[in-house]
Amino acid sequence: MVEPQIRFRSDSPSTAPIVSFADFASDSNAAAVRIEPGDDARALIAHIGQLVLIEIAFPAFRDGRGYSSARILREAGYTGELRATGDVLVDQVPLMRRCGFDSLAPRSPLNEAVVAASLARFDHVYQAAADASVPVWKLRRG
Amino acid sequence: MYQYDKFDQSIVDARVEEFRDQVKRRLAGEITEDQFKPLRLMNGLYLQLHAYMLRVAIPYGTMDSRQMRMLAHIARKYDRDYGHFTTRQNIQYNWIKLDETPDLLAELATVEMHAIQTSGNCIRNISSDQYAGAAADEVADPRPWAELLRQWSSFHPEFSYLPRKFKIAVIASDEDRAAMRLHDIGIQLVERDGQLGAKFFVGGGMGRTPMIAPEIRDFVPAEDLLSYTEACLRVYNRYGRRDNMYKARIKILVHEIGAAEYKRQVEEEFTHVKTLGIDPPAAELERISAFFAPPAFASGLRNEVDRSDPDFAVWLDQNVKPHKQPGYAIVNISLKPIGGIPGDASSTQIDVMADLAERYSFDELRVNHAQNIVLPHVASRDLYAVWQALDAAELASANLDLISDIIACPGLDYCSLANARSIPVAQKIATRFASLERQRDLGELKLKISGCINACGHHHAGHIGILGVDKKGVENYQLTLGGSGAEDVSIGKITGPGFDEDGIVDAVEKAIEKYRALRNHGERFVDTYRRVGMEPFKEAIYG
Repeated sequence: MVEPQIRFRSDSPSTAPIVSFADFASDSNAAAVRIEPGDDARALIAHIGQLVLIEIAFPAFRDGRGYSSARILREAGYTGELRATGDVLVDQVPLMRRCGFDSLAPRSPLNEAVVAASLARFDHVYQAAADASVPVWKLRRG
Repeated sequence: MYQYDKFDQSIVDARVEEFRDQVKRRLAGEITEDQFKPLRLMNGLYLQLHAYMLRVAIPYGTMDSRQMRMLAHIARKYDRDYGHFTTRQNIQYNWIKLDETPDLLAELATVEMHAIQTSGNCIRNISSDQYAGAAADEVADPRPWAELLRQWSSFHPEFSYLPRKFKIAVIASDEDRAAMRLHDIGIQLVERDGQLGAKFFVGGGMGRTPMIAPEIRDFVPAEDLLSYTEACLRVYNRYGRRDNMYKARIKILVHEIGAAEYKRQVEEEFTHVKTLGIDPPAAELERISAFFAPPAFASGLRNEVDRSDPDFAVWLDQNVKPHKQPGYAIVNISLKPIGGIPGDASSTQIDVMADLAERYSFDELRVNHAQNIVLPHVASRDLYAVWQALDAAELASANLDLISDIIACPGLDYCSLANARSIPVAQKIATRFASLERQRDLGELKLKISGCINACGHHHAGHIGILGVDKKGVENYQLTLGGSGAEDVSIGKITGPGFDEDGIVDAVEKAIEKYRALRNHGERFVDTYRRVGMEPFKEAIYG
């Protein structure tokens, strides 16, 4: 497990041992799992009730599959911790938050003041995603 | 024309400040060039051979005079007094200084313009038909749909790090003026049982592996547009190839798993996505559509025009197209003077076009994928005055869709990806065929030149296409015949061994003389090619 640098949750981080996606298939009692970009997040949906932590790996920031994995899990009702690990850069954080990530474990630590500023920068969003932001088409109708 | 409300403006302004901060962090050394690259690219800023190049979006190709004047102002203040209109309904500035870009973008934002997602592996500027709202053959104005997609795709959190860039075009007629099926997603508005919907074509593209997009769905109702598009993108984001950037476009995914399997996955995803409530209510499309209501056309105007000035009459026949409103016409302004750089316009010329739009075209301009400008709504009685003003500004080339109306990428004169120069080849061909009489005898002939395999100059879709390659350190040009980006979409076939710069001009001429010898009455070059095949042309060129 990678220690998160920034969490957007008030509960304590899980101490459950984390298993790989492949091992999860044979040890499906695990409460924490780590998935790589090529792993099918939908395979976890049947088990989301028992999961308290899902780590989604970003081996390289250019590989954006983890954004879809995150949304799929949130759309399925997963409410546990969703942690982005690896090549997580400050400019990706607002996108990650919108896709449902609530915990960050970047390979290189982020400047938290810059993270806070980038998260505060946009007052509005154009589209619905996995966060609570209200798209402007809804705001336009009051 | 769409107008920003406080929400649109706040989002675009925030983006300017975000980029200002990113540039500041880069200049301070807080982020590496490798980390900065995707950030600047997502804002259309490329590092080219000589300087930074900034690509500014002209969403679905529509502008008003205020915006057009801003483009001239940017050229004057931040560049070398000219801009380059591209095949993607964008404008590029070639001599930009990094530290000035935040101020430049702030100025653009004052006229509701931006460079958001004009590059990077994200959803790019939504393109459309340059005759939208003016053509008689459209089932509806496609621009409200394009604007809906522009908003949905802007800063899309899931689709900002796609396997590769992603281009969407929206049209609304059977005649395809936007190369729709050569886009990652091509959308054609259609009517069914009195309802408006969208036909989806997915997996087209040019580049090193040109593909024509297969139809994925024959009718997506308006209320499902964004959900369906989101499903198309999600399947691509999850399963598009990331192991090889040359195989990362959606066309490769669709080709490898097959259109039927891709469709199956999209439909499955759509069933799920539709439950998420991401589609705005019909009222939102109506709100946007109201901005694109027809202008206050005068009724009872005559179509007849005094043709006594012969130069004007030629321009009229070549560059002016019928309008859906009696007494009005669509004016095409060619940015292809003989010997010029295709798509380039000086700031003075940009101002002239803005003035004409304001005075004669209900304040509207369009830029099309062939790198020309359109005044969509000009009263026939004003055509002569418009032509005179264009002529005085050297903007009255009467060569629309003729051989000298060449699409060309910037090529090795500017672009760091290019293998060969495109501009000098375009200039030499245009000069060889400078006689308008000769050009008009040849009729519609779409010649397109790319300076490398990435095909920004659309050579695959040229009736005649030219591809510049690097052959052992020497520029070499391959010739293709029979492509089309229109409703008769096809991919050109290579004739054989390539040529040097002068050789390619000769080869083009030989192919054209062959066409003249073989053509039936009324046949375009591409029609003759399709009828007789490659062999006679090969013989003429290499024999």
